[in-house]
Amino acid sequence: MSDVPLSHILFVSTALFFIGMYGLFTRRNMITMLMAIELMLNSVNINFVAFNKYLFPDKLDGIFFTIFIITIAAAEAAIAIAIIINLYRSHQSIDVEDATELKF
Amino acid sequence: MSASAIIFYLISAFILGAGLLAVTTRKIFRAAIWLLFSLVGIAALYFWMQVEFIAAIQIIVYVGGIVVLIIFSIFLTQQSGKEMPKPSTGKTLFSIAAALFGLLFTYQLIDQYGFANNATRPMNVTVGEIGTQMLSTTEHGYILPFEVVSMLLLAAMIGCIVIAMKNNGGNIEEKTGEGSKLMIHTDISSPQNIQED
Repeated sequence: MSDVPLSHILFVSTALFFIGMYGLFTRRNMITMLMAIELMLNSVNINFVAFNKYLFPDKLDGIFFTIFIITIAAAEAAIAIAIIINLYRSHQSIDVEDATELKF
Repeated sequence: MSASAIIFYLISAFILGAGLLAVTTRKIFRAAIWLLFSLVGIAALYFWMQVEFIAAIQIIVYVGGIVVLIIFSIFLTQQSGKEMPKPSTGKTLFSIAAALFGLLFTYQLIDQYGFANNATRPMNVTVGEIGTQMLSTTEHGYILPFEVVSMLLLAAMIGCIVIAMKNNGGNIEEKTGEGSKLMIHTDISSPQNIQED
């Protein structure tokens, strides 16, 4: 535990965040874009827990931020899937290129 | 290098590999399964950091909830065997360049900062401690965010139902025309009217 420096854990979370960003840029399907966002949120959670564990072991604030982020991610995924299903009913497609009514 | 460090590097390689496959594979169902493996790997990382409660939440909420929801919606909206179209080469190159630039830039900043290592002190993350602090009203208590996030969850769940509900109200108006408003009011007050119609 103590022989792995904090920067290595931060490297894992940073790499995971940019993997999620790559997915968000290249995917055009709404469900896979949602998966990429979940990866990015998870990398932030790793950061919070690692900072709490390594820098402030006598406090619990990072743990609470992680719990609230997980809650909000669950709410966000539920809303996103409701929107996706509604969009599929009206457009028969969940590709972001096909939903262009609001595009200027 | 101790066994703990080797386990950490194995878990990290597993997380990053599964995450990379989740965003690059062209079959959407496989992407969901790779995402599942990546999330399980993150839960293992929490176990490695000895925050068992967060690891349990991660498995329950993400693996048991969100990924199942995603797979469910894949089956509702997609032909899961079909391959997704390839992104254009220019877009792929731009995305790889942007992600690599961001990664190198951020990691350089992290590397230069030089964090102090206080991990020798043990961390008290029992469930009792977390529950006491979350519901306490003192200075470091989290009772207010707890209540606010509960309202947010309630609003999100009601919002989901409203968004995904089939729009039957519109059909009634189309069928009945001008008398529709009166019809809707009578529907609520006396359900027999529906049967008469």
